[in-house]
Amino acid sequence: MAILLAIPVLGFATMIQTAILSRITLLSGSADLVLVILTVWALQEKVKTAWHWAVAGGLLVGWISGLPMFIPLAGYLLVVVAARLLQRRVWQAPLLAAFIVVVVGTLISHGLVMAYLVITGTQIQFENAISLVTLPSLLLNMLLVIPTNYLVRDLARLVYRTEIKE
Amino acid sequence: MKNSFPRTIQSVIIVLVVAGLVMLALGGYFGSITNWFTRLTIGSQTWLSSRFLAITDFMTSPRDMASLRQRNIELEAEVSKLQTQIIELQQQVIQTDVLSALVDFARTNPENTYKAASVIGRDPSPFLRYIIINVGSNEGILRGMPVVTQQGLVGRVDAVISEAARVQLITDQNSAVNINLKNTGTKAILTGSLTGGLTLGMIAHDVLMNTNDVVLTSGLGGDFPANIIIGQVVNVSNRESDLFQTASVQPIVDFSKVEFVLVIINFQPVNINPLISTPGP
Repeated sequence: MAILLAIPVLGFATMIQTAILSRITLLSGSADLVLVILTVWALQEKVKTAWHWAVAGGLLVGWISGLPMFIPLAGYLLVVVAARLLQRRVWQAPLLAAFIVVVVGTLISHGLVMAYLVITGTQIQFENAISLVTLPSLLLNMLLVIPTNYLVRDLARLVYRTEIKE
Repeated sequence: MKNSFPRTIQSVIIVLVVAGLVMLALGGYFGSITNWFTRLTIGSQTWLSSRFLAITDFMTSPRDMASLRQRNIELEAEVSKLQTQIIELQQQVIQTDVLSALVDFARTNPENTYKAASVIGRDPSPFLRYIIINVGSNEGILRGMPVVTQQGLVGRVDAVISEAARVQLITDQNSAVNINLKNTGTKAILTGSLTGGLTLGMIAHDVLMNTNDVVLTSGLGGDFPANIIIGQVVNVSNRESDLFQTASVQPIVDFSKVEFVLVIINFQPVNINPLISTPGP
């Protein structure tokens, strides 16, 4: 059930992302709701489906975005790697861990995009990219962490309690 | 006493006294007394009535308050509903204005065939400047078709599915448009940037460029029809150390507020890649 749930949850998140959050910009940055959801989901103790969710999120965003599919896919998988690594160390403070992983994950996913753009011949001014896109996006992502954390935590509890009963 | 005034005389006296009082009353001699008595009576009646009503109100007020509250809730709901309707109607008026402007634009450019579309989303990545529109291959949209508004050029269709399409804006950093400066006829290439700005490049140093020059598509390269307005030159940079001079362009379209667009569906982009010679080994 937890794997199947990825499709409606991340599908809805992607819709919110493209229809609403992409229009709410800070300088040139915008929040990445899918990344934040994946981070918080991967940090939940009982969750075993974080990898599947990362693949689903990467495919969904890659399908909609102008980026090639492997860029968001790789970015989200690396976010889950970071979340899983951190979960074993700071498992008693999931909110703090979420903030750390969101910072690391945003930097990783933006780094991947910038690397791809440079490789494909696009001229990027890294100073502008970091100050106008990455740092504002980071701030917006961190603002999303707290509400998303509570929603996803409740969802995880609901899903895994139901699965245990079954 | 009873014996000294026989009953008949008593009756006569009483009749005379009553008749006298009646005559005095009819003559208006008792007006002030009557008025005082009337005021007293009415005052008493008013006081009694008001107290009665007050007690009645007190006894029945809980029921009335409940019904008033209920009525108040109903009216507030009605007001909210009407306010929502007003907002919806205002939104419709705005949309109608925009669509009307698009229709006017289509009428003034009859050489092209347009398909109107709503912008339903933007690219999830902040590094890319794409919009998603709600028409796709089912409505005849093909990859490469130019997209405009009544103001000017927006971009071109980058990917299509049956019910939607993704449009690369001219402000995207991978976008390049061949342009023509209206006043001088100078040809150049307009590119987007990470921050959504537009820059003119590939202009020789000896070409005179002025601020406020109008930028139009040139049609070169076959990607866009010619003479679609893009914007105005706002800043020219002509440094001798650079290979070419550059200029910043203010787009006429506000890309952050684009809600409706027109896809030019009778324009077939030309693929000139086979004509571009590649250096031999």
